[in-house]
Amino acid sequence: MMPTSDSAFITALHLVLDLDPTLLAIVALSLQVSLAAVLIAALVGLPLGAALALWRFPGRGLVIVVLNALMGLPPVVAGLAVYLLLSRAGPLGQFGLLFTPGAMVIAQVVLILPIIAALTRQQIEELHGEYAEQLASLGLSRPRRIPTLLWDARFGLLTVILAGFGRASAEVGAVMMVGGNIDGVTRVMTTAIVLETGKGNLALALGLGLVLLVLVTLINGAAHLLGETARRRLG
Amino acid sequence: MNDLSHTGIISPLTFEAVSVSHRGQPLLHPLDLRLSGCRRTLVMGPNGAGKSLLLRLAHGLLPPSGGRIRWEGSTPRQAMVFQRPVLLRRSALANLTYALAVNGTPRRQRQALAMEALDHFGLASLARRPARVLSGGEQQRLALARAWLLRPQVLFLDEPTAALDPAAIKAVEAAVLDFHRRGTRIVMTSHDLHQARRLADEVILLNGGRLVEQSDAATFFREPRSDEGRAFLRGERVW
Amino acid sequence: MTPRPFLAALALMGVALDAQASEPYLTLASTTSTEQSGLFAELLPAFQAATGIRVRVVAVGTGQAFEIARRGDADALLVHDAQAEEAFVAEGYGSERADVMVNDFVLIGPAGGPAGADPAGVAEAESILDALARIAEAEAPFASRGDDSGTHRAERRLWEAAEITPTAPWYRELGSGMGPTLNTAAAMGAYVLADRATWAAFANRQELALLFEGDERLFNQYGSVVIDAERHSHLKHNLAAQWHAWLLSDEGQQAIADFTVDGQPLFFPNAE
Repeated sequence: MMPTSDSAFITALHLVLDLDPTLLAIVALSLQVSLAAVLIAALVGLPLGAALALWRFPGRGLVIVVLNALMGLPPVVAGLAVYLLLSRAGPLGQFGLLFTPGAMVIAQVVLILPIIAALTRQQIEELHGEYAEQLASLGLSRPRRIPTLLWDARFGLLTVILAGFGRASAEVGAVMMVGGNIDGVTRVMTTAIVLETGKGNLALALGLGLVLLVLVTLINGAAHLLGETARRRLG
Repeated sequence: MNDLSHTGIISPLTFEAVSVSHRGQPLLHPLDLRLSGCRRTLVMGPNGAGKSLLLRLAHGLLPPSGGRIRWEGSTPRQAMVFQRPVLLRRSALANLTYALAVNGTPRRQRQALAMEALDHFGLASLARRPARVLSGGEQQRLALARAWLLRPQVLFLDEPTAALDPAAIKAVEAAVLDFHRRGTRIVMTSHDLHQARRLADEVILLNGGRLVEQSDAATFFREPRSDEGRAFLRGERVW
Repeated sequence: MTPRPFLAALALMGVALDAQASEPYLTLASTTSTEQSGLFAELLPAFQAATGIRVRVVAVGTGQAFEIARRGDADALLVHDAQAEEAFVAEGYGSERADVMVNDFVLIGPAGGPAGADPAGVAEAESILDALARIAEAEAPFASRGDDSGTHRAERRLWEAAEITPTAPWYRELGSGMGPTLNTAAAMGAYVLADRATWAAFANRQELALLFEGDERLFNQYGSVVIDAERHSHLKHNLAAQWHAWLLSDEGQQAIADFTVDGQPLFFPNAE
């Protein structure tokens, strides 16, 4: 019997309403890993993108092209690279990070850092076009402009960070490879979906997918609402 | 804070054979110029004459392609007000405390100084309002208040009233005179003759990227030294 | 920021995110069939009750499992390719291998649907080699794992034994795990060689049915390999030794025998 989408919805509903502890643990880990990755990628990517927007240096065009290209990096390639780095036989093997949530965070950072840095560069460059003369008139050096520009671009950057979060939480290839999909340790929503699909439990897999979709939608909706309200208030 | 004790000792600014070109196109032909004293200089001329360019060169926002611009003496404190005010995406008050933070005013003094400036420009009731939802006139007054806080010895204004209604224009002109009374040299571009008559005590006339004449306002409006000046006063387009 | 403190901080964060960090554990590289059949869900709690050690299973294809072990990323190995396991020991990566259990491969195929029931007639075959010959003769669609897993290696040995070189388009290498291959075979109405355990636990059968079983050549031996202590000193050899010993003990063998799906035992303990 092909599972109908009805049974998937019912399965999803049951998963949520029963507050299944295994599911809750998987959801919690998914959120923790992706939020940690977004946090790290934002801490690095926002200043990096802003610096790229403000400075002209030889090779800048190349850096931007590479960043833009890395936005489309296949997750499984990122996963393989991180796997080879973190493997005991790899250069960073001594830290014992492979098959831990930490490895999954690293893989997701590798995936979303280019997105956050590249999109931040675009937005900051645009805003700086508007602000440059005024900030120069105030006597602000380029490094000191970065916090001002990041703060004033905050609503646009919120969208950038959400794009990073979306990619991080939807990703499966990289976290499967470096996390190992270990039950109770590194199993997240997406890898659980792959496993259940492998077992032929298509309704359960689709149900998990619906739960993931609802979660990501809720987070995006909340951020969107927050951003829109503030944007309307601040002009 | 109503008196700058530096009146009369603001360093003169000299342009020596200053020119600007962009991709081989001359935008400003080599010109010599000296701005001194605590005057109200209006830079006039039609669109494309090079008025804004001259202001940006003087304020140091733009390097000249040729020649030399220098202050004869110490570089004075300066501020600039643009045609379209550039305000940060935060409250009116925060826009002012930001400028104070940038120039190194101690944190505990910022709020009081900023409120004083808002009050001076009739914006006190809008202090918590986001700057970018204010009306055009209010925004320009806020930009002037920001400049006011910086206690500039030289204030550059680039067509500050071009986009404003008559009431807002009046407020800006009053503010300009206010700055001058406090001892600030004014360098302002305008294409409005009536405004120039009301504000200027010196006129610089540019046309097509060339300096046509630099005269006392009284002289200029009575008897321009150049043919182009006479035509400009008659409102003719000889350019 | 230099990479070292940064990575150390990440490692700490990894520990913080790791819900089971305080328990002693070992990492076991194993195959998708053992994981997806549900065997581990039964076996591992029994082992933990006996020793207090949690086993973290990384379930991948057999080829990848060997690679993970070779790089020192797993403490123990439980796979089903006796030849490769012996080679692993001979190369010095492993110090010991032992038979743990068997299950068997079964030939799955369409029992209905657009192509009709069993178009190649494998249900009447005398042997698995005969069954494969019938499929090749009929050029009926055959879905192969194509992923260098233990099952894929076993399947290729059977084709060789039947002296057949299967070819596209009827022979379709999917490069997928057992479950995804079964999903695809169900959708294509194709024949597929599967391990009995995964098949028994598989929920999305559609028109697929078990059509041929029981040939001795379909015998599927699982082995536990002890990883060489000299080569990777950071591994948890002590915990891994306890795991290996428990699998071969009466207790471990009984736990394997007790695992059933729908009342049917899927793995048969055969440690010596």
